[in-house]
Amino acid sequence: MTSRVEALQTFKRDGRIVIVGASLAGLRAAESLRDEGFTGSLTMIGDETAEPYDRPPLSKQVLTGWVPATGTTLPRRRDVDAQWLLGTPATGLDLADNVVRLADGREVPFDRMLISTGVRARPWPVAAEAALTGVFVVRTREDAEGLQQAIAAGPKRVLIIGAGFTGSEIASICRERDIAVTVAELGSGPLVGALGAMIGEIAADMQLANGVDLRCGVKVTQLEGDAQGRFRRAHFSDGSTVDADVAVVALGGIRNTEWLRDSGLAIGPWGVACDSGCRAFDLNGLVTDDIFVAGDVARCPHPIYEYRFISLEHWANAVEQAEIAAHNMVNLQADRWPHLAIPTFWSIQFGVNIKSVGVPTFADEVIVAQGSVSEHRFVAAYGYKGRVTAAVTFNNAKWLDHYRKLIEAAAPFPPAQPTPDQPADAKPMPVDFPGPLLLSQDATVVVTGHDPSERRVTAVRP
Amino acid sequence: MRVVVDLSRCQGYAQCAFLAPDAFRMHGEEALMYDPNPDDSQRDQVLRAAAACPIQAILVEQLEGPAMTVEARRS
Ligand SMILES: Cc1cc2nc3c(=O)[nH]c(=O)nc-3n(C[C@H](O)[C@H](O)[C@H](O)COP(=O)(O)OP(=O)(O)OC[C@H]3O[C@@H](n4cnc5c(N)ncnc54)[C@H](O)[C@@H]3O)c2cc1C
Ligand code: SF4
Repeated sequence: MTSRVEALQTFKRDGRIVIVGASLAGLRAAESLRDEGFTGSLTMIGDETAEPYDRPPLSKQVLTGWVPATGTTLPRRRDVDAQWLLGTPATGLDLADNVVRLADGREVPFDRMLISTGVRARPWPVAAEAALTGVFVVRTREDAEGLQQAIAAGPKRVLIIGAGFTGSEIASICRERDIAVTVAELGSGPLVGALGAMIGEIAADMQLANGVDLRCGVKVTQLEGDAQGRFRRAHFSDGSTVDADVAVVALGGIRNTEWLRDSGLAIGPWGVACDSGCRAFDLNGLVTDDIFVAGDVARCPHPIYEYRFISLEHWANAVEQAEIAAHNMVNLQADRWPHLAIPTFWSIQFGVNIKSVGVPTFADEVIVAQGSVSEHRFVAAYGYKGRVTAAVTFNNAKWLDHYRKLIEAAAPFPPAQPTPDQPADAKPMPVDFPGPLLLSQDATVVVTGHDPSERRVTAVRP
Repeated sequence: MRVVVDLSRCQGYAQCAFLAPDAFRMHGEEALMYDPNPDDSQRDQVLRAAAACPIQAILVEQLEGPAMTVEARRS
């Protein structure tokens, strides 16, 4: 045995791994480390007091009143035999001595660590207005519990600030519960930032058809409270006002990287930069050996997207990246896996199942490739320089995998219609899948292989 | 019992909603809404639904009882 192999086996047997951020990515990484045969000590550090729980239901099943906010604890795939330090934020990372510093003054030494501290909700910028009773953000189960109670109390009107996915989902649930809703969005329509103007128009139609008072191109300038400190009225940049008793601030997230400020790692508002094997970069852009990153806090280059660094706030990405990070933490360089999964996302609003695959913002063209927009059952394909880079489906999820394969293969855009003239509810048919040589001239790489262990990038040379 | 569905892979085939209608419901044409903490009395139904899912998107808790010793500092 070479010394490197011996050192790895000693580490897998007796090493110390610390995971900071005990949520979806942290839990799945811990399980995968044990699956991979790591028997050393594992410490989970989290600033929330609860066991890892799932967030997507917080803006869906929880707000409808069906599921209590405390009922989304994540199922465990296996026992992880870890020491859990919950309710204990990490405040610093010392890479000279390999220790994590905690808010309570303790120091936790490690041989390797995973950063999975995710994002938090971006608060309303004026603290005194954010503190008014009736003003909410939605990221944690406590947030969702408070908002669910406020909605159940039967407010006269709910104001939602920001028509991204979370804001739109909450607007949809309010309408289901027959509560008046105003949605204020600075952009030209809902979901425009993530999915572009064409989908934005369709999403706006959906909101209007469901009775949402949708106001686009306006900014909320002030949240006004009454003498008891309760939110009562919002002021808009166009001079208008809206009276409401609940305001939901849905302005996206802030990545939890402040605790790494003095660590010497490559951090910023975009997250912690890492390579496609999830190893963190230091400030100089050099890759580190023992620090790994996964989930919403990670920013990682994707070969399919010209090796640009991409940050994702997607459930599936947190799971897949955590498994890759865990594998790579307990393997030698030659056996490491790249994180090449094509991003996928879903949202449920106004009774429509919206899904995406790829990176819709990495596109210069979009077409409705299949189905009917007016029936809200279609596929929109996104292209960049003549190749398919993303697809969005409305009530047409069965086609997502087909488009994922087109993206991996750098297939030409606009894509050939898989079922010309067929109604959108036709049964999926096997598609003839072009090999790399028939593909778009501009692409430089394609992804092949299915399992994480097989997935590799192949260069395309025309 | 704890349940999570990988909705990025779920194809809305609705087998689960047919087999365990209290825990899995279709919302609109193809969106799945589910109870992530169904009552233990539904265990058999939920396990049958998980087994029937054609893409194995339903994960049900594998462990019984508290599997972790949590040291919570805040209360
Ligand atoms: C309301 C809502 C709805 C969503 N809906 C969808 C959806 O429909 N589809 C989809 O694909 N995705 C959805 N998401 C996104 C998905 O939930 C996230 O991608 C996922 O939670 C990311 O997991 P993570 O573990 O990387 O980060 P997080 O879940 O953010 O977890 C990070 C953890 O680290 C902790 N932490 C932070 N700083 C520290 C510190 N210094 N020390 C210790 N611990 C720390 C945090 O408190 C948190 O517990 C939704 C998210 C929300 C909030
Ligand atoms: S059976 Fe599986 S694929 Fe079908 S709706 Fe249920 S979870 Fe989704």
